[in-house]
Amino acid sequence: MRRLKNNTRKGNGLNAVMSFETAWFIAQTLAKGAVVTLEITVLAALLALPLGFAVALLRVSPWRVTRLLSTVYVEFLRGTSALVQLFYLFFVFPPLFGVVLSPMETGVIGLGVNFSAYASEIIRSALINIDRGQRDAVLALDFPPMEAFRRVLLPQVMPLMLPPLGILLIELLKSTSLVYTITLMDLTFAGHNIITSVGYQTTTWTVVLLCYFMLAWPLSRMVKRYERHLTRHRTARGQA
Amino acid sequence: MTFDVAFAWSILPSLLKGLAVTFQVVVLGFVAALCLGLTLAVLRHAGRGPVPALTRAYVMFISHTPLLVQLFFLYFVLPQIGLRFSAMTTGILGLGLYFGAYIAEAWRGAIEDIHYGQWEAARALDLPPLATWIRIILPQTVKPMLPVLGNYLIGMFKETPLLAMITIPELFQITKQIADLTYNYNETYTLLGLLFLLISVPSSLLFQYLEKRSHGKSRVA
Amino acid sequence: MANPASPDTCPSLVTLTRVVKDYGPLRVLDHLDLAIHDGEKVALIGPSGSGKSTILRLIKGLEHPSDGVVAINDCPVVVRSLSKGLFAPRRKTEHQVGMVFQHFNLFPHMNVEQNIIEAPLRVLRISMAEARERAAHYLEQVGLSEKAKAFPSTLSGGQQQRVAIARALAMQPRIMLFDEVTSALDPELVSEVLNVIRKVAHEQKMTMLLVTHEMNFARDISDRVIFMEHGKIVDDGTPQEVLVTPKNPRTKQFLRLVGQP
Repeated sequence: MRRLKNNTRKGNGLNAVMSFETAWFIAQTLAKGAVVTLEITVLAALLALPLGFAVALLRVSPWRVTRLLSTVYVEFLRGTSALVQLFYLFFVFPPLFGVVLSPMETGVIGLGVNFSAYASEIIRSALINIDRGQRDAVLALDFPPMEAFRRVLLPQVMPLMLPPLGILLIELLKSTSLVYTITLMDLTFAGHNIITSVGYQTTTWTVVLLCYFMLAWPLSRMVKRYERHLTRHRTARGQA
Repeated sequence: MTFDVAFAWSILPSLLKGLAVTFQVVVLGFVAALCLGLTLAVLRHAGRGPVPALTRAYVMFISHTPLLVQLFFLYFVLPQIGLRFSAMTTGILGLGLYFGAYIAEAWRGAIEDIHYGQWEAARALDLPPLATWIRIILPQTVKPMLPVLGNYLIGMFKETPLLAMITIPELFQITKQIADLTYNYNETYTLLGLLFLLISVPSSLLFQYLEKRSHGKSRVA
Repeated sequence: MANPASPDTCPSLVTLTRVVKDYGPLRVLDHLDLAIHDGEKVALIGPSGSGKSTILRLIKGLEHPSDGVVAINDCPVVVRSLSKGLFAPRRKTEHQVGMVFQHFNLFPHMNVEQNIIEAPLRVLRISMAEARERAAHYLEQVGLSEKAKAFPSTLSGGQQQRVAIARALAMQPRIMLFDEVTSALDPELVSEVLNVIRKVAHEQKMTMLLVTHEMNFARDISDRVIFMEHGKIVDDGTPQEVLVTPKNPRTKQFLRLVGQP
């Protein structure tokens, strides 16, 4: 609380010091917003990951049709803006198909599907980078394909795709700010809400930015640490 | 609900006008991002005292917060401290600051990928630092940076709908206005999506092709 | 050769005084003293990791000594940081020391001629016409006149190294440093590079320091051979003294290991 007050004093020096009630209101609103933001991030990620995996498998599959369809899927989603897709889902889909989605469902499905395209690209590039020798070895040992994939190939590519997927998760977290446009009460919405009820433009937007940063920063630290662990592990193995 | 082709046709000119604004913002925003990114990348290496740490902090903060909120910050807070820009200028500034951070990070990587022997050779010849940067180091980063820059250009284009939130009359804003006015959500947003696809898919294919071609060339060489 | 007076009476050109160089826990140079006189052709030999290349890098100012002083003409060598100092005030730099690297380090985005004229234009600030004339001259010296417009990636390793030698010579330094210039080359390309250096050594009066593993070459070219081990100078004398009739048991052992009589 004290920090908020200090910020106010510095931020809009002309204003009086913020009252405790105001600060409490701001903190509460932001906390609620942050929970919604995290909720959407997690749910959308849970949708994007398996979907992305499936699409990636289809893209490297031996059948032309599935390869084509999955490519169209990816290019379509990456070619149009996430915000446009959200609006499409929110305004066009319900009357078209007679299904009504709540804003939360719209946000999760919209972002989840959008990010599944990016996730599939990461997973696909990890899959096609599997060492030829490993593939040959698996074939030579007559592994059944599913076993080979699950027991030998996947464990090798998993470490390679985790860091970029982690970075994608940060991008997803940032993109959840879009759901504010479809009336979801996330962190960004909280910012607007605070400003319409109590003002403090400078302080509020600064704090909202800081909130996002504090949510995203630990994630990116984890990615960095994991990467470092990975390279150490690899060089250690390389020397052995 | 059916797709009203005549209606879609009738709103196309308005959308294209919005698209022109979008292009304008993207071009100017990209130029800004390019300048900022290059400056930050070089300062990260060559700056003195706290400068490298500050550029790093800038890149970190910008890339860990949403563009939308940054735009709100610029749009609502700058006037409070006496900087009154038009919405257009604010939008260009916002895109430039945001993508500038990403470009800086990529460019930094490209600079670091240059073999240290190049620096040493320049020093063995006693080339002054500025000449080393301009003649030896930066020219070698151009080729690896081109596909990256292409991706960020397309990325910037796809982020422009956010500018509608700070009232810039670009493509998305125009579409939204028409949709809200006529309730023809299907036609308007479908058209919008098609326009986006029409631009970003060919351009991304073009960049992929260019990248592949330059790879092929270097292999032959 | 340049100076008929005996080396003892004239001050030395390059001096290393009590020089220490540590890479982390590893001591590469251990309180090393070395004086090199004008016009000397010095070959540095010894097992890898003995600190030979480090001496060259310190003389060129690519690295700071951990302790001690490296001086040229009694002026301490200034170490310019690799990338910092972009906005430092421009000093007039006098080019005294040229260096040729193991891995050539040609600028890949420039053709051969551009590689050679870049530094004369920007450091010595001579005219374009003069720079190109120089480039042509030194390219002829290294026998690559017809490759002036070629890009480094189209040249063989030996050709690249010859271009790198021409590039260093075009700056007309007083001192030339050759850092294992043939170690990265395929065996059949070694002799063309050594021949170029041999020619340069015989025709030019400049001081030369060579780190090399080619013992015959060291014997031919140098008037002084220094054998190093563990960051210290073990043996120092004429090629005859060090390579042909070595007295020091360690030198003898090393020469036996590299297959010298």
